[in-house]
Amino acid sequence: MHEMSIALSIIEAVEEKAREEGAGKISGVDLVIGKISGIEPESLKFCFSAAAKGTLAEDAVLMVEEPEGTGECGDCGMRFPVTFYYAECPGCRSLRVKIVSGEEFLIQSITIEE
Amino acid sequence: MCDTCGCSSDGGAVLRKPGESDYHVHVSEGAHGHAHTHSHSGEELHAEDHHHEGHHDHGDGSHHHEGAVRKIVLEQDVLQKNNLLAERNRGYFEAKNIFVLNFLSSPGSGKTSLLEKIIPLMQQRFPVAVIEGDQQTTNDADRIHALGVEVIQINTGSGCHLDALMVNRAVRELDLQDNSLLCIENVGNLVCPALFDLGEALKVVIISVTEGDDKPLKYPTIFHEADICILNKIDLLPYVEFDVAKCRENAMRVNHHLEWFEVSVKSGEGLAVWLEWLEKRLVRH
Ligand SMILES: Nc1nc2c(ncn2[C@@H]2O[C@H](COP(=O)(O)OP(=O)(O)OP(=O)(O)O)[C@@H](O)[C@H]2O)c(=O)[nH]1
Ligand SMILES: [Mg+2]
Ligand SMILES: [Zn+2]
Ligand SMILES: [Zn+2]
Ligand SMILES: [Zn+2]
Ligand SMILES: [Zn+2]
Repeated sequence: MHEMSIALSIIEAVEEKAREEGAGKISGVDLVIGKISGIEPESLKFCFSAAAKGTLAEDAVLMVEEPEGTGECGDCGMRFPVTFYYAECPGCRSLRVKIVSGEEFLIQSITIEE
Repeated sequence: MCDTCGCSSDGGAVLRKPGESDYHVHVSEGAHGHAHTHSHSGEELHAEDHHHEGHHDHGDGSHHHEGAVRKIVLEQDVLQKNNLLAERNRGYFEAKNIFVLNFLSSPGSGKTSLLEKIIPLMQQRFPVAVIEGDQQTTNDADRIHALGVEVIQINTGSGCHLDALMVNRAVRELDLQDNSLLCIENVGNLVCPALFDLGEALKVVIISVTEGDDKPLKYPTIFHEADICILNKIDLLPYVEFDVAKCRENAMRVNHHLEWFEVSVKSGEGLAVWLEWLEKRLVRH
């Protein structure tokens, strides 16, 4: 269900921007949803098409880029792929791992028609 | 349509107060200022307005580029609006020196029971107020109201989490004192309340021993976002298969900054330790 409220807030944000730019229609929305952001892209897409009915984004194609998770060890500095927060440094076994990518949740760009 | 007032407001959160059956405020975007018994945003009107903007005029009236396609870069956080509003809440809380805790858990882990237990103790030192979040009913707010503290219920309807706007509206309806403690009980759900900053100082996640010691691995986001984890219902440990050390280790794997407490709200075990910690934070705050 939170995907629905998120879809609505995306539509609100892109409509606001499109109107600012004097667009008549939004034909594409590009999102960045990191693999470990806690957002499920498939259910978001589903909610997006429902939420977009009757808005400038009604026919918009939703594209999602999903960056992989990357962790950085706070002890030895090593960088390595992570699939979730419970990462352990493969170099030194430290649990002091900072997530440096994969948590993104952005509206990257929109494509508009005037 | 809203069942209570018959207005056109569809879905969306509603504020209620225990013992005031005609008090009823819709939380919505445009509801400015203080609500009377109920206020409305005129969301529908708003939406219609937007549709008129399909065609625009360049002012100079010179050209009309039909079908010109452009790409516009936003690079904007999807939750930006919530985050900005949460920061506004946070600024308000800081200015009034109100210490705010956001309690998160699955349904039934003991959030309300914990509040019922600690509030009478905290109240001797600081004024306390509570915001209760549930999809329906004022049951939890009624339980808190019985303690004689300021409380408001947010009913989220179909919504599964509180957001910064709901808290912003609820706060206006409360008489919050300076140098006080505000406890926000989020909707029972281990998933999305993690994503929505409310402006709190700390997030407190509660799990109980009947839920399985792998909870932190199954719902890592919420444990990752939390500042404090309270393991509740330890009085039941003899009857369930639950490895406390393992659970703690799992939680620490997800978030190595997590402060960990073990309590039984029922027997009172462990509560003194967590209260002492909390009081220290409140004084330092
Ligand atoms: N045995 C035992 N039961 C507890 C303890 N704490 C709470 N309970 C019981 O757990 C049940 C749920 O407690 P609540 O405090 O209503 O839980 P909650 O997290 O507020 O639930 P929701 O608001 O519905 O999400 C009640 O029956 C409580 O009596 C405890 O420490 N030990
Ligand atoms: Mg409760
Ligand atoms: Zn939600
Ligand atoms: Zn390392
Ligand atoms: Zn109503
Ligand atoms: Zn109404």
